[in-house]
Amino acid sequence: MRVHFTVNGRPQEADDVWEGESLLYVLRERLGLPGSKNACEQGECGSCTVRLDGVPVCACLVAAGQAEGREVVTVEGLAEYAGQRSGDGPPRAGGTHSQAGEDTRLAPVQQAFVDAGAVQCGFCTPGLLVAADELLERNPMPADADIREALSGNLCRCTGYEKIMDAVRLAAARQSEGT
Amino acid sequence: MDFLRPASWEEALAAKAEHPTAVPIAGGTDVMVEINFDHRRPEYLLDLNRVGDLYEWEVGEDRVRLGASVPYTRIMEDLRAELPALALASHTVASPQIRNRGSVGGNLGTASPAGDAHPALLAAGAEVEAESVRGSRRIPVDDFYTGVKRNALAPDELIRAVHVRRADGPQQYAKVGTRNAMVIAVCAFGLALHPATRTVRTGIGSAAPTPVRATVAEDFLNAALEEGGFWDDGQAVTPSVARRFAELCAAACDPIDDVRGTAGYRRHAVGVLARRTLNWAWEEYRGARRGTEGAA
Ligand SMILES: Cc1cc2nc3c(=O)[nH]c(=O)nc-3n(C[C@H](O)[C@H](O)[C@H](O)COP(=O)(O)OP(=O)(O)OC[C@H]3O[C@@H](n4cnc5c(N)ncnc54)[C@H](O)[C@@H]3O)c2cc1C
Ligand code: FES
Ligand code: FES
Repeated sequence: MRVHFTVNGRPQEADDVWEGESLLYVLRERLGLPGSKNACEQGECGSCTVRLDGVPVCACLVAAGQAEGREVVTVEGLAEYAGQRSGDGPPRAGGTHSQAGEDTRLAPVQQAFVDAGAVQCGFCTPGLLVAADELLERNPMPADADIREALSGNLCRCTGYEKIMDAVRLAAARQSEGT
Repeated sequence: MDFLRPASWEEALAAKAEHPTAVPIAGGTDVMVEINFDHRRPEYLLDLNRVGDLYEWEVGEDRVRLGASVPYTRIMEDLRAELPALALASHTVASPQIRNRGSVGGNLGTASPAGDAHPALLAAGAEVEAESVRGSRRIPVDDFYTGVKRNALAPDELIRAVHVRRADGPQQYAKVGTRNAMVIAVCAFGLALHPATRTVRTGIGSAAPTPVRATVAEDFLNAALEEGGFWDDGQAVTPSVARRFAELCAAACDPIDDVRGTAGYRRHAVGVLARRTLNWAWEEYRGARRGTEGAA
């Protein structure tokens, strides 16, 4: 079947999609957006987290056909998405296309992950970024308990989570200072 | 495989009538796991995401009509006052990502003994609104679970909504697991005080082939509370009454040994949860009574 939906603000079309295929598979294998990671395919790890009409979901558990006509934001589009939200556009360091490998701009939450050392192997990072960015959108000054809850569906095998907590606190602090 | 995308409830019913083997998919948090792991290769997937009615709820005078696909996140955030046990249970489901998609309709469709909605629905009192092209019927939730992962739906039926009694008193839900997030219940317990009818209702999860009520324990407690005048004077529940209630709840279990826990542990833990949730709920009832007396 053919599926149409919007990914990171651009209309996309995927052909020859198998009816049982997940949104995650379509993003990675058909649309060339490998940012969302595939680890468990059963909703346990959160590394495939994307926004579906604004809501964080596990892309591995959304049937591709269920995304028809809807808006998806993946980690590849996070800088642009966060930039539009803050109204002043994303910080510019490179190109303007939200396709894999072409864009070097970072969303504030991404910069905070870099600065806080919250990335080790990086496999969990895309999902955590999407989840953390949504938390900061909803709750600009989250308490530690709010951060833990918002990220409770994302597993990290490397960092022990403390640096990830630091990164989200840092992003929140920078956001409230307006930097 | 065919992907059916009805745009309305009527179209969904027609599709299910035409293809009774079609597997409905709402949040997909059970269905997609089965497909990803090749445990299930349905001939037809029946996508319910475009049926808007299923995402709505209505708060009536004494019932909430909860659309089958309303995600747990909405129940936790918007129906805490009306459906406290179900809101608490919803909050224990998996993770935010799963709660944003998973629904009570899906939990009922799967009818796992470990499903978190079930003990809360049993304790609160609920009816499942099932419909097919042949007509609509209300199935009391007590009769809905017919076996391990089996329910009372006919092959051409879909769940449209769940009608849950609005709380008329404190409700509790507690679950035993190895961590706070992303945990399938080792066992779970829902309890609702119904001061309007002076009854207490229960629901037990993950400790029998189906979710069950502890009816013998309820009868014992209802009689003890009535005879002792507890509802009237709001005294604390006597430890011996709470203990007996807990024993009878444990006795209502018919658990198995599995990777999550042994039968003996489950029976024990259900007793502990029964006593705790009774005490929490009863203390809240007493507090509320004192509050209204103080105001009068
Ligand atoms: C990582 C993970 C963790 C989980 N943790 C928990 C947990 O802690 N507690 C818990 O209870 N569950 C848990 N689950 C299971 C699942 O999330 C729940 O059962 C959820 O309620 C399913 O809802 P859904 O809308 O996603 O259902 P779907 O997967 O869309 O459907 C589930 C079943 O119901 C049927 N169905 C759906 N809607 C209807 C309808 N309207 N009429 C008739 N049949 C219908 C489907 O055909 C299918 O058989 C977990 C799942 C995952 C992946
Ligand atoms: S790959 Fe989707 S949650 Fe793990
Ligand atoms: S950084 Fe390796 S899994 Fe999180």
